[in-house]
This record gives sequence, structure tokens and C-alpha cells, in this order.
Amino acid sequence: MPFIANTNQQRQEMLAELALTMDQLFADIPADLRCATLDVPEAMSEQSVRQHLSRLARKNSSQMINFLGAGIYDHFIPAAVDALVSRSEFYTAYTPYQPEISQGTLQAMYEYQSVICRLTDMEVSNASLYDGGSALYEAAVLAVRATGREQLIVDDSCNPLYRNVLRTYTRNLPWELVETRSAEGLPDRQRIKAQLNERTAAVIVQNPNFFGSLDDFSDIAEYTHASGALLIVACYPISLGLVKTPGQMGADIVIGEGQSLGLPLAFGGPYLGFIATRRNFMRKIPGRIVGRTVDLKGRTGFVLTLQAREQHIRREKAVSNICSNHSLCALTALVYLCLLGKKGLPELARLCADKAAYAHQRLLNIPAVKTPFPATCFFNEFVIELPSCPEHLTERLLEKQIIPGLPLGRYYPDMHKCLLIAVTEKRSKEQIDILARAMEQAL
Amino acid sequence: MKLIFEKSVLSRRALRLPNKDVDTVANINDSLLRTRVADLPELSELDVVRHFTELSRRNYGVDTNFYPLGSCTMKYNPKVAEHIARLPGFTELHPLLARLPGGEKLTQGALAVLYETDLLLREICGLAAFTTGPFAGAHGELTGVMIMAAYHRHKGNDKRTILIPDNAHGTNPASAALAGYQVQTIPSDKTGLMDVTALGQALNDQTAGVMLTCPNTLGLFHPRVKQICRMVHDFDALMYYDGANLNALLGYARPGEMGFDIVHVNLHKTFATPHGGGGPGAGPVGLCKNLIDYLPVPIVHKKKDGSYFLDYDRPASIGPIGAFYGNFAIILRAYAYILMLGREGLPRVAENAVLNANYLKEKLKPYFDLPFDQLCKHECVFSASRQAKNGIHALDIAKALIDRGFHPPTIYFPLTVPEALMIEPTETESRQSLDAFIQAMIEIAQLAQTNPQQITSCPQTTVVSRLDETSVARHPDLACL
Repeated sequence: MPFIANTNQQRQEMLAELALTMDQLFADIPADLRCATLDVPEAMSEQSVRQHLSRLARKNSSQMINFLGAGIYDHFIPAAVDALVSRSEFYTAYTPYQPEISQGTLQAMYEYQSVICRLTDMEVSNASLYDGGSALYEAAVLAVRATGREQLIVDDSCNPLYRNVLRTYTRNLPWELVETRSAEGLPDRQRIKAQLNERTAAVIVQNPNFFGSLDDFSDIAEYTHASGALLIVACYPISLGLVKTPGQMGADIVIGEGQSLGLPLAFGGPYLGFIATRRNFMRKIPGRIVGRTVDLKGRTGFVLTLQAREQHIRREKAVSNICSNHSLCALTALVYLCLLGKKGLPELARLCADKAAYAHQRLLNIPAVKTPFPATCFFNEFVIELPSCPEHLTERLLEKQIIPGLPLGRYYPDMHKCLLIAVTEKRSKEQIDILARAMEQAL
Repeated sequence: MKLIFEKSVLSRRALRLPNKDVDTVANINDSLLRTRVADLPELSELDVVRHFTELSRRNYGVDTNFYPLGSCTMKYNPKVAEHIARLPGFTELHPLLARLPGGEKLTQGALAVLYETDLLLREICGLAAFTTGPFAGAHGELTGVMIMAAYHRHKGNDKRTILIPDNAHGTNPASAALAGYQVQTIPSDKTGLMDVTALGQALNDQTAGVMLTCPNTLGLFHPRVKQICRMVHDFDALMYYDGANLNALLGYARPGEMGFDIVHVNLHKTFATPHGGGGPGAGPVGLCKNLIDYLPVPIVHKKKDGSYFLDYDRPASIGPIGAFYGNFAIILRAYAYILMLGREGLPRVAENAVLNANYLKEKLKPYFDLPFDQLCKHECVFSASRQAKNGIHALDIAKALIDRGFHPPTIYFPLTVPEALMIEPTETESRQSLDAFIQAMIEIAQLAQTNPQQITSCPQTTVVSRLDETSVARHPDLACL
């Protein structure tokens, strides 16, 4: 039997020493609760399981020319990332409860927390959350607890998938969730101001936002703080090689999806939620946090710390229910950022932005294609407007092995003629030209 | 060892980026740009590889040696699952491709994995449907409690309390509270099981549900679980099953047949996906028939022609609990594992897990206090009270085990046992590893009497000795800025 070490003979010997039969080992389960049958296929060999799953993998079209982003981006992953993360001392360990034999995970998490702070210009990060959506929810919980207020203002230029998740989680809570309508692809200041009041816990905005547009939220930070609320900024970590940081803008809590930092698309996960804040909120931040300390001989070491926030200590009074997090994904992000380095990250961000600028220019040369937001700057993703709904065009391009982007009508009904297009360093000029020609033909 | 930042050398590079093949320059206003670059380390690829290789050598995993961390089910993680999870057909698939017009047919392999895993989990747990969406056990709990809330909302029930036994995992009360419920703790009886009389007294019209782990965190199966479910259902409250300990029951008993309405399973425990140094895991949630409408969106269905599609059109759904379909690459590993065990392998898992736990329990019983001396399932909980009288606490025993090459058991949990040592051997360990562990434990128990100082000074063999956890909690150094 695979994965079971004891032989039949060993089992018999062990049972004999216990003076029990196998059936007696389960005698505490009443007879009427015992499984009569188990309708599961017969055991497969490793060889047949690999064949079966290779066949399923081939049924997925994973080798198309991909301009789909919307929060999850097709960046190149250096081979060293997987080589290091695949070391089983990392991936077969659990939460580092015993620090003396977990310094690998612990130091890596401390370094991860440090790079997240350096990227976002914040002071404290935890050791990871599940994904961008759950990070947004945890940030909202933090803001509600920190302010004692229960209204949240979320701009609709924030990722609609995450806004939907936030709506699910707040359904059973006495919170008020207000969505403000963006204008010209950016948060509408007047609408946000109109909603801000003494019950507002936080204003939530995103940069670059779901449309790829870039903004500076310093003004929003100012009046949000003046009303006693917190500013939560969601961001795309690769863009931070180039664009103004949430910390510089005055954000109180920064969150985001860390998938772009060396994690594969993998049909939705596992990804990486990150959260960073200022030191005054460090005892309210959710999840594991690693701190630097010394051992009995004065040597530097690392431990899980501020555990009085957590569920295993505080139970129903904990700041979050999170236990398992996405530690290995945080390690992946750390290794990726170390390989890119101080010069590599800005260069990569610039390369993505320049390629996107080319794609934008090239597509707008098509007479039928327009830009809905001529005045905004964008990072590596932008919206184009077509003469009619992009659904049909999308389907035709998929048949040509091109994923042209995301039609926006499902999330923004008044943008039903719009398509959201992302360009990473993996897309060549040639591929961008192929997209443009295919669009020209289809329109 | 140095931090990676301390190894940085000005202008050193690891990666060469592709050449820029376009002439355009992005036109971004200066006011939107970063003024100071992020201070990431500057290293060669070999610097990075050596740093993380050295870190990995300062870690301990299931592949290192025996890892009997109670309630965490640290079984062997098959290598073939790692191989499968890295097939480009899965790793290079954008989740939103399935949502584009005409995109579903381009993701049929991935949708099949989700659909088939759902079917297998239904059969194993005796339930009507599963969502593979939750990212972890605690995330599954929150999902389950939100489903509970949706059920009561639709029925017009005004219920505010969730009952949870005193020895439950901390995530149970934390999840219930996050979903807006009050938590009431139910005491255990003398045998370590949830006190059925106390439960009966606590149940009333305000009770929304009960969260139960079965076998519980002492490794004990509640023989009256069916009666408990009936009592709870009589108040139109729902039964939640925390599947953290499902390993003990695979192929032997099903939570659905016991009367549970909502169940989460931990793929990273029962179904052998790696724990990743703290995650990612996955916590699919299964439901009985009358709760299916509340499942989070989407769920994967199969059409008559055999093709799969994502169903988002579910008006009573609690909504999406994540952006996509859960931790797909983890679900994939669990799917491969279940297929390899198959019909005959699943019950063997439970048998060997239970046999190994009872073997450890009986062999260690003469040396450590066993507060609940009875048949156990996947784990057993000792108390170091006897040793504590000589000044040797559960923590000291843990550190002494480290010096003997073992990962310690879970300590100080469940909270209902003083000086708890919670040992879960799992089915993938052989009698030889159990015997070696038993030998080490006996030696420690003897030293605790004869030479306790030798234990309090452990660990001696590690890269650091015991660490100062108090001062870091008071003056936290949480990042190198």
C-alpha cells in the first residue's frame, strides 16, 4: 500500500501487543455509523495517475498569447524561484511553533515582512494572508476595530472580484458598505467626500486601479484622516518598482495580491495576500507575525510574536480566525524579489509600462478603437472602447489562440463596450502586433 | 546567520531582463512616480541560492524526520503530487480564462479536477455537495458559519449563539465571532467528551448551531454524536463538523451519516498536501442536501454532453468567498492523492493512523500521565504533570525531543489538559519511527527524575538555543527597514 509504512506483519504484531483486533480499534464508533460501502474508484498507480492528470492538463489551453490580467498577471518566473521553494525542508514543515528548528521559515518570514514594508513604504507587515480579496476583508476588519466605526467607503475602481468577496463577508455584520462611482477611470473625489462622515471607518481605493489607471491619493488621505477614518490602499506590487507608494500617499493600511511576485497563474491559486500598516496598529494586524530576538547566548534568532492577537490564544476575541496562511507563497515572493533586486524591479516595472504604452498606441491606431479615459496615466493595463460589445470579438480571438483581455460589461454595465488589456514583460512586440491585426480583422 | 539585506553588494545583479523591443516610453506624470527606489538587496543568483539553501537547512519538515504535531496530521506529502501540480497545463492557466465567452471549453481539464474532487469528497464525507473554494480550514469554518447564517436568515430565524466545546480548536470560536455570532462554551465531561447534559441545558431558540470536532482534540470519538445532532436539529440549529481530525475516519465513518449539516476538510492534513511552513492549505466545505442553495459561487457542474461549466447563477448563494475557485494547485494534489489511495487505500489510512496512535499511547502510558485512558483515534494527549512536579514542563520535553532528532508534539493544547502533549503519529510512519520516538520519550521521562537540568538546558544541538519571546513581544522588531 503506497504511503503506509507498516507491513501486514508489523500491524499484526502491534495489534497483538495491544491485545486488540483492528475492528476493536474502531469499537467506539457505533455500528450504525460505520461505512457500509465506499464508492471511490480503485487505487491507481503513480504511473496511471500521472497519465490521467497529464491528459487533463492537456485539455487546458495554457499556451495562448495572453493579455488577460485583472489583478492576476502573467509575469516570467525565474527557475531559481521554484528550485528554492521546492526544498522540502521548507514545504513539508508546518507553522514554526518550535523556533529552534524553524529558523529557516522564521528568518525568511522576517525578511519577507521587511521587503513588503520596503516596497510599500510601511512599517509593519504580517507573514501572509490567503489572497488579495481576503486581505481587503482583513484590512476592513482592522479599520473597523481600530476606529470603532462601521461604515466603509469602497471606490468602484477597486477590483470588483474583491468587492464581491467583501460583500459576502459583511452580509451578517452590522457594517455599512458604500460603493462610490468612479469618474474618468479614477475615484471621484466629490462622491467620496459626500459619503465621508463620523461613522466612516475607512476609505478603500486601489492603485493602479482595476482599469490600470494611476492616481495619487494624497488628497484623499488628507480628508479621510481629517474625518477620523483610515485610508486603505490596494496595490499591485510590481508597479511599486515605478509608481508612488501607498506609504508616500499617507495610507494607513496597504493590501494587495502578491501573485505577480513569482507565483504561477495556477487557475486561481494558491496566491498571496499581503497586508502592511503602521506600527500603531501592529497589535491589531491579523495572522502570523515574526519578530527578531536573541537566544540565551545572545545570538540573533526569530520567533512568532504578538500571539495575543491570535485565535489559538484569544479564541472568539482574536483579531482574525486565520491559522494556516500562505507562508510558502510569501517565501516565493521573497525569493523572487531578491532575484530581481533593487535595480531589477524598477527596470521590470518600466519595461511592462513601456510595452503596455506601445500596445495602447498600436490598438488606438485602429479606427474603431477608442480610449474611454484619455486623460489618465496607466501602468501596464488599460481599457479600450470598441464599437460594440467585445464578447463576440473575444470569442473569435480565443479561437486564434489569443486571449485579448477582459470584457468589462459583467462588472461595469455602462462599460459594456470596453475591454481591459494587460501587458507584461512576457508579451513581445510581435505578439502585440498579432493582437492588433487580429482585432483589425475582427472589427 | 546574516539577513539577506546584509549580503547585498552595490550593483550586483541576478537576473537579466528581456531586451526592450518597443520604442515607446510610458507617459506617466512625475507626480505619480516613486521618488526613492525600494531598497531590495543586490545579489547574484548564487548569493540568493546559497542564502535560501542555508535557511532551508535551519528548518525541519516531514521529510527530515518524525513530526507528530497533534491536530496537524503531518503525514508524508507524495512527490508525485508536486510533479503534477507543476504541469504547465495547470500552472499557466489564468483563472479568468474560464469566465471569458468561449473560455470554458479551454479550461475543461481544470474544471474536471474541481468537479471530480467535489464528487470524491462527497462520497468520503457522506454529503450532497462541496465547494472547493475555501483557502484553509479556518476559511472553511467562516464559510460554513456564513452558510449557517444564510440558512437562518432565509427561514426568518433570529438566532445569535453558536455552541462550541471547551477543547475545540481556537479557530472555531474565532470564525463564529467573525461571522457575527456570540460564542458559548460547552464543558467536557469526565471522559473528555462534550457533556451532553450541559449541551441540552445550553440549547435554546437562540442557538444557531454547534461546532464539533469528532474525533475531538483529545483523539476521542463521541459515541453519542448521532444523538447530539438530533438534539441540535430539534432547535432548528445546524451541526458543523470541523474536519481537522477526519484522518481517523476515512472509509470508516462519514460525518454526513452522523447528522452533520456542514463539514470542512483540511486537504493539507487528511489529503496529504504539504503544509508549506504554515500554508497554503485548502479547506473545502461540504453540505447536506437542504443547504445546497447557499453554497458559495461558483460551483462546477457537468452538462449532458460531458463538458463542465461554472455556475454563478445561484440566487440564494452566500456569494463568492474568494476571487476564483480556491487553492487550485492544492486541490489538484489532493485529487491525485485520493486517486492513488482509492477504495482500498482510504480505510487503510484510518486503520494505520489509529493503530499507530494507540500503539504510542500504550507504550508511553507507564511514563506519562494519560488523563483520558481509553481507546483513541488518530492522536492521544498526555500530560506532563508528573514531570512538572520536578520542574520539567511540556515545553522542556519538547526541547529535549528536538535534541533527539524529533519534532515535538503539539504542546499546551487542548487547553483543558494541563501540560498537554498532543501526539499524532499519522499512518505514514512505521513502527521503527514510533519505537525510536517512544525510546526518546522514555529517556526524557527518566531524566526528568534523575537529572532534570539536562532537560531544562535543551536544545543544545540547534543553530539557536531557547529564544527570548517576552522582550520581542514587548518591543517588537518586526522588519529590517
